[in-house]
Amino acid sequence: MKNPTVSSKDINKRPAIPMQVLVRKEIASHIRSWRFIILILLIVLTFGASLYVSSMGLKDAVSNMRDPDQSFLYLKLLTITDNSIPPFHVFLNFLAPLLGIALGFDAVNAEYNQGTLTRLLAQPIYRDNLLFAKFLAPLAVVGTLFVALVMLMIGGGLLGTGVRIEPQELVRILGFTLISVLYVAFWLSLSILLSIRFRQPATSALTAIGIWLFFTVFFPILVNLAIRPFLPNPNYISEQEYIGYNELILNLLRLSPSQLYTDATTTLLMPSVRSLGPISMEQMVGAIPSPLSFRESFLMVWPQISGLSAAMMICFAWSYYIFMRREIRS
Amino acid sequence: MKDPIIQLTGLTKRYGKVTAVDQLDLHIYPGEIFGLLGPNGAGKTTSILMMLGLTEPTAGTAYVCGHNATRNPIAVKRKVGYLPDNVGFYPDMTALENLSFIARLNGLTESHAQAAAKDMLHVVGLEREMHKKTGAFSRGMKQRLGLAEVLIKAPEVAILDEPTLGIDPKGVDEFLELIKQLSREHNLTVLLSSHHLHQVQRVCDRVGIFVGGKLLVEGSIESLSQNLQQQKGISTVITLEHAQGDIKRFEEVLKDLSGLRDLRVNGSTIELMTDSDTTAMAVRLLVNNGADIVAVNRNDYQLDDIYNTYFENSITTDTVYEKSNGFFKRYQ
Repeated sequence: MKNPTVSSKDINKRPAIPMQVLVRKEIASHIRSWRFIILILLIVLTFGASLYVSSMGLKDAVSNMRDPDQSFLYLKLLTITDNSIPPFHVFLNFLAPLLGIALGFDAVNAEYNQGTLTRLLAQPIYRDNLLFAKFLAPLAVVGTLFVALVMLMIGGGLLGTGVRIEPQELVRILGFTLISVLYVAFWLSLSILLSIRFRQPATSALTAIGIWLFFTVFFPILVNLAIRPFLPNPNYISEQEYIGYNELILNLLRLSPSQLYTDATTTLLMPSVRSLGPISMEQMVGAIPSPLSFRESFLMVWPQISGLSAAMMICFAWSYYIFMRREIRS
Repeated sequence: MKDPIIQLTGLTKRYGKVTAVDQLDLHIYPGEIFGLLGPNGAGKTTSILMMLGLTEPTAGTAYVCGHNATRNPIAVKRKVGYLPDNVGFYPDMTALENLSFIARLNGLTESHAQAAAKDMLHVVGLEREMHKKTGAFSRGMKQRLGLAEVLIKAPEVAILDEPTLGIDPKGVDEFLELIKQLSREHNLTVLLSSHHLHQVQRVCDRVGIFVGGKLLVEGSIESLSQNLQQQKGISTVITLEHAQGDIKRFEEVLKDLSGLRDLRVNGSTIELMTDSDTTAMAVRLLVNNGADIVAVNRNDYQLDDIYNTYFENSITTDTVYEKSNGFFKRYQ
């Protein structure tokens, strides 16, 4: 029999940070899982389909002189469609929550049910390390996936059209990627929260999907129903009041993360979008129909970005709070 | 005497109105194998969780390896290996991967972790299952792998919660032998919780009997059985060759025995209850008086009797309530 103990010299040589080890393990198990392969296939398929449709209509879009964005070929590639299927960023509005939920709904409760959580927490690691690893590993994977996809798109565009990419386009596309990752992060932290709260993975998955459906399908209907009884006849109110009501409805809709995402991505991918609400004629007078600079677009969506990050952080802080002092027993 | 390596003082845990662990005071010294015995729901696991800082005590302190387990759990976990009662592994990873993952979490480098994991799998006899996924492991194999995981961090204290649960008798023998051997070789302190007394009896230096959240007695098994003998007395059954007519005469003789509590004659057998061990004396008296003895049976108090004495009169409604409570909690 060999000596089973390890001398202390071996341990002190180059201590691996537990966090690193945890994240690596999480990434490895995500990549190997069928769930993730299916999700990747889904995303790549929609990406490919929407890219195909947009490249078909690319010639018309670029030669449309009345469109102020016509010179942004690569942004066009991401946004134009012949209405047979929605463009990629609208698709992602549906798929990103699914991605976040699928990667996080069993983050903690599966470990609990497998009996691995007790073992893991009996190791010299901080509890929040585990939580961070559960959060960071899927994000790293998703981030890599998104960056790879848009890089492939840009590379394909360069090869296919030979048109040089504007630095502004690159920044905008990377900004879009970043916001998409942020959006996934929100759903991920929500589903991790649910995975701590509920002991059964099925319960937490269902709850997360329920919340997603609520925000994408029922929330706009609810806002409509809630506002309509109070809305006076548009024919009898001044333009000012009309705009005020419109603004109110939009702001209520912005309580939904998917609305925030739509606002942010539309503004970033379409440089000519200069307002997310209605604009009066006085405001439009004298405006030259030209694209905004990246800085201006970015400033416009800053509230959306901070809203999404805040929602994400609230979910994460909440899960941190309930996980840190929970009794772990198998 | 050496300083205790595990020192629990007034450790209490309440879940609402239910007290799972009640004022537990326990000292365990380096190098000993301590058996925490008790029926299900006695609070063994809860006490263990408090020693590891996995749950906060309502009152009292737990010092393990000189660190407060509630305030400084990381320092404790560095020195303590824990085998939970319901051990599980990542089913899609092999035994070696599972083990080297834990080794790396304990600060070993990749290559050292691999090497250490291989060594440990040899120690626990899983070298042939090294590259099998743990999803296909039997309960006994999982327990062995769990033991390997406890040992891979070279702990000072090993806490094993129901380590023999679900292993076949031969496996239990090997498992306990292994624990004993490792404890002796590496001066490892072992805290073992179980409700199987016969298994624990063989390896433990000292046991504590834990019922309803309270530690009723602690000490070596010999001292426990001596205590019990003093409480209950020793019974001796002497069988004579055949029912001799003068059995009444023997009865008279035995009545003078010191410390006699009870004397019963049943056909050709005589049953004695005495304070201390007087079997030899009784036999001598009988032989001197011409009795033909064919069998003498002295009832030694075994662990079973210890167990029954302490466990029987202490199954309270509390434990039942606690279990059902846990059941509902689980399905929230």
